[in-house]
Amino acid sequence: MGLGLFWLGLAQVLCPVATLAQRTPVVVASKPFGESFLLAEMFAQLLESRGFEVDRRLGLGATEIAFQALRTEAIDVYPEYTGTGLVAVLDQSPEGSAGDVFRAVSGAFRERWGIHWLPPLGFENTYAIAVRRESAEADGLRTLSDLARVADRYIGGFSPDFIGRSDGLPGLQSAYGLQLQAQRSLLQAVKYEALDLGEVDVVDGYSTDGLIDRYDLVVLEDDLEFFPPYEASAVVGRRFWDTRPDAVRALSELSGMLDEEEMRALNRRVEVEGEEFESVARDALTRMGLVAGPAVRIVREGEDREGSLGAYFIDRRNELIDLTIRHMLLVIVSLLAATLVAIPLGLLLERAPRGAEVVIRTIGLFQTIPSIALLAFMIPLLGIGIRPALVALFLYSLFPILRNTYTGICDADPAAVDSARSLGMTEGQILKYIRFPLAIPVIMAGVRTAAVITVGTATLAAFIGAGGLGDPIVAGLALSDSRMILSGAIPAAVLAFLADGALGIVQRVVTPTGLEIAE
Amino acid sequence: MRDQVLPTDAPALSAKDVVKRFGSAPVLDRVDLSVGRGEIVVLVGESGAGKTTLLRLFNRMISADEGEVCVGGQNVHALNPVQLRRSIGYVQQDGGLIPHWTVLRNTALVPRLRKMASPDDLASVALQLVGLPPDEFGARRPGELSGGQRQRVALARALAAEPEIILLDEPFRALDAITRAELVEAVHVLLQDIGVTTLMVTHDIRTALEIANRVAVLRGGRFEQIAPAAVLRSSPESPYVQQLLHRAGEGTAA
Repeated sequence: MGLGLFWLGLAQVLCPVATLAQRTPVVVASKPFGESFLLAEMFAQLLESRGFEVDRRLGLGATEIAFQALRTEAIDVYPEYTGTGLVAVLDQSPEGSAGDVFRAVSGAFRERWGIHWLPPLGFENTYAIAVRRESAEADGLRTLSDLARVADRYIGGFSPDFIGRSDGLPGLQSAYGLQLQAQRSLLQAVKYEALDLGEVDVVDGYSTDGLIDRYDLVVLEDDLEFFPPYEASAVVGRRFWDTRPDAVRALSELSGMLDEEEMRALNRRVEVEGEEFESVARDALTRMGLVAGPAVRIVREGEDREGSLGAYFIDRRNELIDLTIRHMLLVIVSLLAATLVAIPLGLLLERAPRGAEVVIRTIGLFQTIPSIALLAFMIPLLGIGIRPALVALFLYSLFPILRNTYTGICDADPAAVDSARSLGMTEGQILKYIRFPLAIPVIMAGVRTAAVITVGTATLAAFIGAGGLGDPIVAGLALSDSRMILSGAIPAAVLAFLADGALGIVQRVVTPTGLEIAE
Repeated sequence: MRDQVLPTDAPALSAKDVVKRFGSAPVLDRVDLSVGRGEIVVLVGESGAGKTTLLRLFNRMISADEGEVCVGGQNVHALNPVQLRRSIGYVQQDGGLIPHWTVLRNTALVPRLRKMASPDDLASVALQLVGLPPDEFGARRPGELSGGQRQRVALARALAAEPEIILLDEPFRALDAITRAELVEAVHVLLQDIGVTTLMVTHDIRTALEIANRVAVLRGGRFEQIAPAAVLRSSPESPYVQQLLHRAGEGTAA
């Protein structure tokens, strides 16, 4: 056998592998706010223009979820900020210049998890503590030190993570001696509106935020330089770095290409002017000369956000139908699995009453885990996407069905049970022919409760990339687009209503009018 | 055809020196009772006297702490409880019919559990016996019947497998006076007709006197007197029995 034949054989063996690697889509994710969407979309389009296939998981989840997903290689790349990596992930306090922080963070991530920070994109997005213009003028506020003087008259509205993070409110309080009159935990999407309405007086925003201009706010200067540098960068996972050097190279073409002013302008186009973030990303990449193509300006359908909701729905009906179907799939599969587990378990527990309460209460504990936390716990075990979502929804559905099954079985007509036993029915026959049929309405009530809860909870599955009607809700919250939020929330509400109705019909059908003893 | 499970010489039901406690308090305190074949014995007493407890010892729904409980001369603990229960008819105070089953299916329960031939035919016979024509009532569900009709179905269900013994636990309690009077009369005639050994519990001494071959007066877990109705009327053995009869307007002048 000649050497040539050997090489040919080897090539044949290796070729499909190489092709496979090339074809495996790059999984691009983002955190659930506008700028992160925009940056991730730029990553995605850049990769696509270089011939890579891309799987988008935009709005995947906040730092904890996105980082977990990257660490476990469920995703390949997402945009992150050095200060966040340092404080929220590494739990260290910042020291030194932006460059020092970048070196510290990228070194630690590489060492611990093999995660690589590509050279920074070129802008910082730090916390911007903002107040209404009239309060800035009335109280002569220019810096955070000024705010500290009058803080006892101010009510704060901050993101939950800002309230908790040591580079957030706690640090700010000790650095500036800032003691606010009160503070509220508010989501990014509603913070500015609450400030505008006077519900709160000071909020945490991002320095590149497009909404700061929209609401005519004054950003207070961090005169003591408390906030660490938040340089934006693409972070990529270990395997991706090792096996896709060409894709990594393509991504690093964006390094140093964006400055703060440019980023703020891009954010404003999405968050204030209502352009599609896809077209804004395209436009930015074109103008940087990274991709060829017309720099088109596409404003979202209906011209502005005041356009009719009906038109918005009609315009997006295909997408909404797909999302609704996926949502139904999530609900049906997890509910079916929970029903198939909880009902037999409930029947089993009737036979072992001593263990029953312990088992049911233990399963009830899942109910107390906040859904976002449960979803986050799932990532290291099951990655992201539909599987962890199904497991989480399954766990949430178990309790109402199990509790109702057990209660329905145990409370079934005591006189009928007693006389059946007295006439010589075995416990198994009593369970099968009396307790279970009589418990069906109660069991079905549990299934209906679980269905309505699951339809609602499934919207949160969007945070771990499972899709469904949570997608437009998460994206709408990130992009402060209320029509987009409603385009997920309204079908979800209708779905919950219909699910309960449909199961009501099932209940009527399965409730027994007569059952025979089989031999 | 009746089952021939009972030896002819032994009493159908017997309890010897039986003690049953719930917690530390005895509900039955050294009780002796014997019911002969074909006899109708009625346990009378106030609630808490231990009547139902004693009744349920015989189908092993309750186990005695001390003493011996026999059915057909055999200790109930030597018998399979499920087989034992299937051989004894049972009616409880609110019927205990299976609500999602038709009257016919309810009535055919025991014949079917015992895998007897044509259980529905046996059920039809039993329904006819208690005055509910199966063509009219067989397909109904318990919820579609009056209280008296439900008790009749429960009685038919207890009799359908043609047991030698039936236990009746306050079968007339939940009924209004007129329905009760009708049913008591019907049951009295029926029990005498078919000659089934009967142990019944009631709080109502008049019902007991009407139906029983012997009345057993139970008070605080002990028997005050066990005697035929006529004897009880003519010579009550204790002030309590006298008082009971007096209250029921059945008493002899003191």
